[in-house]
Amino acid sequence: MSAAEAGVVTGRRAVATTRPRWSTRLLRSELRLIAGRRRNQMGLLVLASVPIVMAIAVKVSEPEQGRGPDFLSSITSNGLFVPLAALGVEIGMFLPLAIAMLAGDAVAGEANIGTLRYLLTVPVHRTRLLAVKYASLCIGAVVGVMAVALPGAVIGIALFGTGPLTTLSGSQIGPGTAVWRLVLVMLYLASGLAGLAAVGLFISTLTEQPIAASIALLIFTILSWILDAVPQLGWLHPWLIVHEWMAFGDLLRDPIAWESVLRGLFINGAYAVVFWLAAWARFSSKDITS
Amino acid sequence: MSDDAGLAVQTDGLTKRFGQQVAVDAIGLAVPRGAVYGFLGPNGSGKTTTIRMLLGLVEPTAGTRSLLGLPMPERSGEALHRVGSLVEGPAFHPYLSGRSNLARLDAADIRADPRTAGRRIDAALDRVGLLAAAKKRYRAYSLGMRQRLAIAAALLAPRDLLVLDEPTNGLDPQGTREVRTLIGSLASDGTTVLVSSHLLAEVEQICSHLGVMREGRLVAQGTVSEVRGGGPAVVRVRTRQPEAAAVVLSELGVEQVRTAGGEVHGIPGALEPEKIVAALVHAGVGVQGFSVSTASLEDLFVALTGEGFDVSG
Repeated sequence: MSAAEAGVVTGRRAVATTRPRWSTRLLRSELRLIAGRRRNQMGLLVLASVPIVMAIAVKVSEPEQGRGPDFLSSITSNGLFVPLAALGVEIGMFLPLAIAMLAGDAVAGEANIGTLRYLLTVPVHRTRLLAVKYASLCIGAVVGVMAVALPGAVIGIALFGTGPLTTLSGSQIGPGTAVWRLVLVMLYLASGLAGLAAVGLFISTLTEQPIAASIALLIFTILSWILDAVPQLGWLHPWLIVHEWMAFGDLLRDPIAWESVLRGLFINGAYAVVFWLAAWARFSSKDITS
Repeated sequence: MSDDAGLAVQTDGLTKRFGQQVAVDAIGLAVPRGAVYGFLGPNGSGKTTTIRMLLGLVEPTAGTRSLLGLPMPERSGEALHRVGSLVEGPAFHPYLSGRSNLARLDAADIRADPRTAGRRIDAALDRVGLLAAAKKRYRAYSLGMRQRLAIAAALLAPRDLLVLDEPTNGLDPQGTREVRTLIGSLASDGTTVLVSSHLLAEVEQICSHLGVMREGRLVAQGTVSEVRGGGPAVVRVRTRQPEAAAVVLSELGVEQVRTAGGEVHGIPGALEPEKIVAALVHAGVGVQGFSVSTASLEDLFVALTGEGFDVSG
């Protein structure tokens, strides 16, 4: 068959079809879908409002020493403590809630409205779909942390300025170093949320009700915090995903106290791997009857 | 290319059990290339489960299946890209527009060329008459528009096989006719079409082949004339004296003689039609009309599926 004939024979398909290749189109589509949803936009606003409210409240009335969350009293000395204080408050519930909403939509949401069957018959390989869904949740975790930290940094610097930052060890670091420390804190907390997102993704493959999946992940988070607060369960604490999350304060010591942070990263990563694999085991063999 | 020879859809002993219930019982579908295959059966007879197994959504309990000569699920990526499908009604993101929904499905296809996406999406929307409503949110679509959008999604890329599950659900008579015309024009381009329906009238005019499901079993399959040939001929007599005519027919040995209004019908078996007319005239029965026909597809469908259009199982 000559090249010209081959062109004629395959011409009809060549217009629309190329070889399968690596592409970020689905991931970009997924991110547009998440970003375009009104509820998610509102969620980002809620996340962003907390540091703003905190900064204004502190500005209006200086807090008494020794009360309130860790960094609240330090806010007046350096604006960068606003995002840190806000992250400390929101990592407890608001940020996990945001991940729970996204994770509920990821698989259960698509199954609920029936779009899952059409994605799979496109076809999208189930492993690839799960990988893209998880990647978008991880990006969601980073964006969620940024939605707290960036407005917090802006309003904090605007209201309180950036002097040298007094670390938890008492020494002072320059503003440039301080920004890097804030970035490290953000990445560390995002890794925790990414580990949680894998749990959420797994739950999302178990049900066709996105709300049920979201609530289940929220219960998982709250239960982890409660168990972490019971001293008699000390043996369990190192295995709870939330146990080392608050260790992000160690990144503000001078020098940085890495031990707890590294342990936290390990647990976050272990949750991510174990639960992603569980999600895969469940999803790759699941009958899609929705 | 051996891939392109033979059957577009082939299953062997395809079975699906959900717990104790057998939804699909060892069926052997054979859809030749270029056919318009009407996949018929009452609601609950296993059509949709079969289609879900064909498309790799549901894993069979037993049996094998292949699409376009490619075994499933081993080569599902290659096969499904050439298959457009509509499964159990339309499903899209409600807060995205029709066009955005199609763009999402196209983005999911690693074999689709992003450079031609816009053109292909518009062409698909145009083909189902939705281009004017492309920017409307899906949630604002009527049921008919939703159904059309689902068909458009099946046409995003050139397909060798279309699997359409109840494509005319929710459409008005005009829309139903448009879908029939669309299927006809796609088939004339050489696309094989498997169209399922529980309403025979919707598909009988366009099908070249039929498969009839009943309670999870494939009870008949073949070309329309083969399936129809399976039914006995029926003689119909239109007359003002139906009782007298019925007596004559019964005496001649016509079976299952029934009277309905001004018409008597029965199954003549090997009896020659001429003799029936002669006997009627001889008995003084005024014959207004006389016909011999094979059973209508409708009659046959009811005969094959038993409970008619009721839900089975």
